[in-house]
Amino acid sequence: MSENLVEIRNLDVRFTGARTVHAINDLTLTLKQNETLALLGESGSGKSVTLKTLLRLLPPKRSRIDGAIEVNGVDVLTLSGKTLQAYRGEEVSMVFQEPGLALDPVYTVGDQIAEAVMRHKKVRREEALSTALDMLRRVRIPSPERRLRNYPHELSGGMLQRVMIALALACRPRLLLADEPTTALDATVQIQILLLLRDLQREFGMGVIFVTHDIGVAVEVSERIAVMYAGQIVEEGTTSEIIKDPRHPYTRGLLAANLHDVARGARLNAIPGAPPPLDTRPDSCSFAPRCPLAEAACRAALPPVHVPNDRRRVACIHANAPVPAE
Amino acid sequence: MSVTETLPDTAPDKGGPAQPLLIVRDLQKYFPVRGGILGGRKAVVQAVDGVSFEVKKGETLGIVGESGCGKSTTARLLIGLIDKDRGEIIYDGQDLGGTLSLRDLRRGVQMVFQDSYASLNPRLTIEESIAFGARIQGLPDPVGRARRLMERVGLSPDRFAQRYPHEVSGGQRQRINIARALAMSPRLVVLDEAVSALDKSVEAQVLNLLADLRREFGLTYIFISHDLNVVRYISDRILVMYLGEVVEVAPVDQIWSRQAHPYTRSLFSAMPSMDPDNRTLEPPLSGDPPNPINPPSGCRFHTRCRLAESACKTRVPTLRPLSVGSEHLAACHLHDLGSGHSKAGKDVLA
Repeated sequence: MSENLVEIRNLDVRFTGARTVHAINDLTLTLKQNETLALLGESGSGKSVTLKTLLRLLPPKRSRIDGAIEVNGVDVLTLSGKTLQAYRGEEVSMVFQEPGLALDPVYTVGDQIAEAVMRHKKVRREEALSTALDMLRRVRIPSPERRLRNYPHELSGGMLQRVMIALALACRPRLLLADEPTTALDATVQIQILLLLRDLQREFGMGVIFVTHDIGVAVEVSERIAVMYAGQIVEEGTTSEIIKDPRHPYTRGLLAANLHDVARGARLNAIPGAPPPLDTRPDSCSFAPRCPLAEAACRAALPPVHVPNDRRRVACIHANAPVPAE
Repeated sequence: MSVTETLPDTAPDKGGPAQPLLIVRDLQKYFPVRGGILGGRKAVVQAVDGVSFEVKKGETLGIVGESGCGKSTTARLLIGLIDKDRGEIIYDGQDLGGTLSLRDLRRGVQMVFQDSYASLNPRLTIEESIAFGARIQGLPDPVGRARRLMERVGLSPDRFAQRYPHEVSGGQRQRINIARALAMSPRLVVLDEAVSALDKSVEAQVLNLLADLRREFGLTYIFISHDLNVVRYISDRILVMYLGEVVEVAPVDQIWSRQAHPYTRSLFSAMPSMDPDNRTLEPPLSGDPPNPINPPSGCRFHTRCRLAESACKTRVPTLRPLSVGSEHLAACHLHDLGSGHSKAGKDVLA
């Protein structure tokens, strides 16, 4: 029995079809109970695929998954049928980017939450509805009794995302997966949802994996950050370590591109180029073509993983070098 | 840095350097909402209501606000994509609909949209797309012009000219849209969330390009975005909108150090802190922005403002300078001693 809530070891995910896409390459990741980890990366970096793999949402005919995933001691990749259904919702649950698309337009939000509770907890409808009401209260929806009978189109974007969170947490999962849950929201609403998720994580004692492309959002919600690039984790550490002492050139580039304290009008230290195509399995550093520090060794083999301390790692040959003055 | 040149065939300056390139006065646009069995008029969305501002020659004006605040509608009105209900648009001293035709306005003012794919014709090659407008306007050598601009925005004409929009990445498509806007030799470019859909690393490249083009060709920008960091980086002045109205306008440094309107203040406080040791503890506002159908009476922000009093519910605040001659304007009763607000004139936002 390990102490980790989530253990992903050497995960490979490939999509097959007209052309093969190597979406995840040798990904290893752990999450403890009570911990919030942000998976930070740009589009195509594999962060959403990682979440979908954890929930076994990828189409089995078109995807090949190798490696091992354990959640709370359960081997996720061998689940099927009833056990998989029980795992989804009870052990692990997910909040999506577009709550308007994830909720069913023809049922009231109360019925949708109650349905999940009845299914998993085998309780009567009245009891399930009272659980639903309790959940709407916990996500701080004003006048929850009335909202229970609302249809999704009657609610604003921020309210819908609160309903999604209530639905995801209704069966008290140990692990919550959040896929860019605030990206579609306005700034003043986004911060409300981030703070709500932070409070609920503490209240429910769950583990949370939070996928985002926004480093500012990651700092607000997570204790740890794993930075993804081309289907791999290039750097991982506590949020403070990543923000104050970024070691991978890609992480540094992302921080600079946030423009948080860039002088107005100063030339940006932009990362040149674009992410690589994923049609072959990487056999050298995937970031080398865009990296200002790249040398022959970077293009010859996969970078060594530098481990400065327990649970901190950087996949770069320059990880040990002093940070160049910029 | 050398003195700026202009794009080839730019229309000559008419008003002189002191004349603002664009003046917008009391712009209004309401959209009817139809519904019911007979499709009758049910309600009205007050998308833009009494918006006035100026853009000086060579400056960048940033417009920020949340969804439904009217920033994109304002942009579309400016280049005549939709008709205004009321108000004046004056480009370099000439009144649109009076001495200035829509065709001439569009020579001078061009736009780049958020969705780089939807704004290109999928059946035209990149070269044809960029040359199209110049050809319609009868500018000389549209193809040569397109190829030179492709080179300038960092796309090799030999590699990209004959490709189609679906064959290039999002960042490259946005460079194409910028080249297409510049092909008309405009003096004002309206960038409506033009970098918002791009990944951060690509966004930085495009921002660098926009800064270079501005300097090189002496362009004026209106830069619309929801990302305050980006707006601060690129703008000289910032205009804040809420539910179809302008609530605050100020030079960037002034608004960054002091937000005069409670809404602006909340918007700034909602920015992620970027400091793991001092994370945000309280959301500055609760709830979502109200619907622009039937907006609140008086000051439209009063339903979410923690400083609201009875005067705010009944009286509409006007946009006025914080002090005589100040470039910092706000529409809030707190800054109007005669407004009847009990805290008027006191510094309660700090």
